Amino acid sequence: MAETVVITVKSEAFLKKIVALSAEAITVCDQCGTCSGSCPMIAEMDVTPSQLMRMVQLGQSEALDTKTMWVCASCFACTVRCPRGLDVSKVAEALRQVTLRRSVDHLDIRNIPDDELAELPQIALVSAFRKLTG
Amino acid sequence: MRIGVYVCHCGGNISEVVDVEKVAKAVGEQGNVVISRDYGHMCSDVGQKLIADDIKEHELDRVVVAACSPQFQGGTFMRVLETSGLNPHLLEMANIREHCSWTLPGSPKEATEKAESLTSMAVAKARLDEPLEKRTMPIGKRVLVIGGGIAGIQAALDLGDAGFEVHLVERTPSIGGKMAQLSRTFPTEDCSACILSPKMADVPANPNIDLLTNSEVTAIEGHLGSFDVTVTKKPRYVDPDKCTACGLCEEKCPVSVPDEFEEGLIERKAIHVPFGFSVPNKNVIDESVCLRLTKGGDVCGLCEKICPHDAIDFGDRPETEQFTVDTVIVATGYDIFDATKKTVYGFGRFENVITGLQMERMVVHGAEGTPIRPIKGRIAFIQCVGSRDEQVGNEYCSRVCCMYASKLSQLLKRSDPSRDVYVFYTDLRSFGKGFEEYYKRGQEAGVKFVRGRPAELREDPVTKRVTIKVEDTLSRQMIESEFDLVVLSVGMTASAQTDPIAEMLKLTKSPDGFLQEAHPKFKPVDTLTEGVFLAGTVQGPKDIPDTVTQASAAAARAIRLMNQGEYTLDPVVAFVHEEACDGCGLCVPACPVKAIAISGGVTEISESSCTGCGVCISACPTEALDLKGYTNAQLLEEVRAALSGGDGTTVLVFADDMTVYRLADNVGTARMAYAPNSRIIRVPSGGRVTPRLILEAFSLGAGAVLIGDSEEKSSPFVGSAATMKENVAAVKSALETEGIDPERVLGLELVTVMMAGFVGRVNGLCALANKLGAVPEDKRKALVEHVNDKLLSNKR
Repeated sequence: MAETVVITVKSEAFLKKIVALSAEAITVCDQCGTCSGSCPMIAEMDVTPSQLMRMVQLGQSEALDTKTMWVCASCFACTVRCPRGLDVSKVAEALRQVTLRRSVDHLDIRNIPDDELAELPQIALVSAFRKLTG
Repeated sequence: MRIGVYVCHCGGNISEVVDVEKVAKAVGEQGNVVISRDYGHMCSDVGQKLIADDIKEHELDRVVVAACSPQFQGGTFMRVLETSGLNPHLLEMANIREHCSWTLPGSPKEATEKAESLTSMAVAKARLDEPLEKRTMPIGKRVLVIGGGIAGIQAALDLGDAGFEVHLVERTPSIGGKMAQLSRTFPTEDCSACILSPKMADVPANPNIDLLTNSEVTAIEGHLGSFDVTVTKKPRYVDPDKCTACGLCEEKCPVSVPDEFEEGLIERKAIHVPFGFSVPNKNVIDESVCLRLTKGGDVCGLCEKICPHDAIDFGDRPETEQFTVDTVIVATGYDIFDATKKTVYGFGRFENVITGLQMERMVVHGAEGTPIRPIKGRIAFIQCVGSRDEQVGNEYCSRVCCMYASKLSQLLKRSDPSRDVYVFYTDLRSFGKGFEEYYKRGQEAGVKFVRGRPAELREDPVTKRVTIKVEDTLSRQMIESEFDLVVLSVGMTASAQTDPIAEMLKLTKSPDGFLQEAHPKFKPVDTLTEGVFLAGTVQGPKDIPDTVTQASAAAARAIRLMNQGEYTLDPVVAFVHEEACDGCGLCVPACPVKAIAISGGVTEISESSCTGCGVCISACPTEALDLKGYTNAQLLEEVRAALSGGDGTTVLVFADDMTVYRLADNVGTARMAYAPNSRIIRVPSGGRVTPRLILEAFSLGAGAVLIGDSEEKSSPFVGSAATMKENVAAVKSALETEGIDPERVLGLELVTVMMAGFVGRVNGLCALANKLGAVPEDKRKALVEHVNDKLLSNKR
C-alpha cells in the first residue's frame, strides 16, 4: 500500500523553522527541477534537491533523515539557476543546522589516533564533525 | 447666502435611531440656514419637490441634504438643484445613514449627536461652495493608431468603419506585425497568413485610414482633443506608385543579409519586398546595407538599371508629416525574449537550438514544400524561456508559449509521426477557450509532455546534437536525452521601441515593463493620460483573440470620447490662487500626470490634463494651490465643525472617494458598529490631505486623525498613496517635536472589502484618543506655530 503523508500542525512548525533558519521563502518553489538538473552531486543523493524542497514545503521532518543535505557541496549551481530566486543550498544548510543543534556526536575526537590527527587537514576534520553529527 | 437643510428619515432607517426632528431644529439655528426640515423620504418625488419648491419660495442658494451616502443618491439631488436653476455643485450631503444611524444601533443619543455634527459639517462646507461650471471642450473625430500589428490593424479598421479619421503609423515597411510570421494559430489551427492577409488588405482600401508605413512617430504634444503629431517617413528609395514588385531588382541586387521576417534563417537582398503578402506590397531598399547608399558615388546601382518602371530613387529623403488628432491608440506590441540572455540554453552558440518563432517559419516553409532545413528525429521544446524566471528579470508568465508549443509540437508530430517530440514544462497553462482540449489533442498525437525545467544543455562537438539534462519532477528521476533540434519557447518582453512613445504621451509602466492601464479591472484599455488607449501586447503578454478584443475595446473607448463632438470634463480640478503663488515650481514634479507648468512666474494648470487628485497641494509651501470642490478653506471649515463642541477625543477620518468612503458605506450597510466619536470627511484622494490640514485639525482639538486611501495599485490616482504616506510621516515628526504622541495620526491604504479592518482601526484610534485624552492647550498652540513656520521652512 502506498504510504500516506499526514500533514499536521507539527508539519507547519517544521516548515516555519526551516524558513526562519534559511531565510528563504520555501513555499515559493514551484517544483520545476532546475536545481536537480544543475546539481553535480545528484548521483550520490537519495532524494533530489527539488524533492527535498517539496518535503520541506509539506513540513515532512523526514527531510532530516535524507542523505541529500549532507551530500550537498554548497556549490550554489542550484542557487544561480533557480528561476524563483531561491537559495536551495541555504535550505540544505538549515536542515543541517537543525540536526547539529541536537548535539549528538558520532565522531569522538579521542578515538582518532594521534598520528592521523596530526596528518588530517583541519578543514577535513571540521567537515567530518559536521557530517557525522546528528 | 440662504441655505436649506433637509434631514431624511429614510423610512425609519435613520429616524429609528436618530432624532431627526432634533437635528433639523438644531441645524436650523445655524448661520445662513433659512429653512431646515425633516421628511420621510427625501429621494421620493415628493421629497424632491419639497426642495425644488423651497429653492423658489425661499430663494435658496445652497442645499444640504442629510440622508444616505452621496455615492447612492448624490446624483438625484444634484439633478433637483439643476432643474431648479441652481448649480448642482451647490449641494452638500451629510451621510447620516451609512456613516451614522446604521453604525450606532441602540445608541440614539450618540447617533443624534453625531448626525447633528455631520449635518453641521455639511453646512460649514456648503457656505464655501462655489458653482462649478461643467467644463466641455470640442472634440473631433481624428485618431492616431501607433503600430500596425494585428492590434493596430483591428483598432484602425474598427475606427475607420465607424467613420473616424484614422492615421495608422507603422515603423517597418509593412503592416502585419508578428502575426504575419506565424504558421497557424492555436487552438483552431487556422493558417495565420490566410486569416490576417485580408484584414491587412482592408487597411489601405478603407477610405478613412491614412496608412503610413516605414514611418515613426517622432513627437506628440498636446492633450485629448488636440494631440499635435509629427511623423517621420523614412525613405524607401523606391517609388511605391511605380513599383510592381516584379522582382527583377531583387534578382540583380548583390547584397544578401539575414531576413528579419524569416527570423534570420534565410537571406534577403538589400532591395526587397518585406514578405509575400506585405502591405504595401512594394520594394524597399535597406539603406544600412545597400552598396550605393552606404558607399555613395556611382557604386552598384544595378537595381536602378534593371527596373523596367523607373521606380528606384536613390535621392529619396526622410519626410516629415504633421497632423492633429483627438485621441491616440498605442499598439506598439512586444519583442520576443532575447534567448542569448539565457546562456545555459546555448542559443546563438549551438546550431541546433532555435526559438519558437524560428520554428514557426520552418513550419511555414515546410508546409509550402520549400523546407529551410530538414526537421528530423528527436525534437525538444523548452518552456518558460525568458518567462517566470527571475534570473533574467522576468517574473511574469507570457501566456502564449504553452499553447504555441502545444501547437508546433503536434503539427510536427502529426505531419511526420516518426518524429519524437518532447515538451519540457514547469506548469502547463491552457486557460483559454478550447485550449485544454487542444493540449489533449497534442497528447493524443503522441507529443510527450515532461514536467521539469531543463537545467543544462550540452552540444556534441561532432554531431552537433544537443543533450538536455532535466529532472522529471513527477517521477523524481533525472533524465538525460539527446535531441536533434531544441526549440526554446521564448516569451514576450516589453519592446524598447515603445519607450519614446510612452515618454511623449506620459504613460506609466507596470513592474513587468509593459505599459500600465488606468485601472486593472474597470479601465483595462485606458491610460492615465486622458484620450490615450492601449491595445494588444504593449499592455502585457496576450494571445491573438485577447489582442483583437482589446483593440476593439480601445477603439470603442476612443469613440466614446469623440462621438459627441463635445467632451465633458470633471469640474474637480486643481486651481491656483495667483496672488499667493511665488512660482517656486515645487508643484511641477509633484503632479503625477504632468499637468503643471510654470508660466510667467506663476503656476499654470492644464485643466484638460488635471485628474483632480489634489496630490500637488501638499507640495505647495504657500497654500497657493487648491482644488475645486474640496478647497483648503472648505476642508478646514468641515474640520472645525466636526470638532466644535467636542472634548478633544474626536477622531477625524479622511476617506478617499474611490475606496475608503465606499468602504465606510459598506461597513454601514453591513450594520457594523463602531465608536461614535468618529467623523468621516470625504476627499478625492488620501494625497489631497495636506500635513498642514492634519496639524490644523490637531490644533483645533482633534484627538486622532486617520487618512484612508486606495491601495496604490488599485488607486485611480498615481502617487496619491505615496504622498499620503509622506504627509503622515511629516505630521508624525511634527507631533513628536511638540511632544504629542505620533500614534495619534495614522495613514492606511485600504481596499473596499476590508470592513472589519476599517472598524478595528477606527475603534483603535478612538480608544487611543480616549486613553491619551485631549491634546493640551499649550501644545495645540505650539502646533499652530509649527504649521506657520516649521512646516513651510522644511519644504524649502
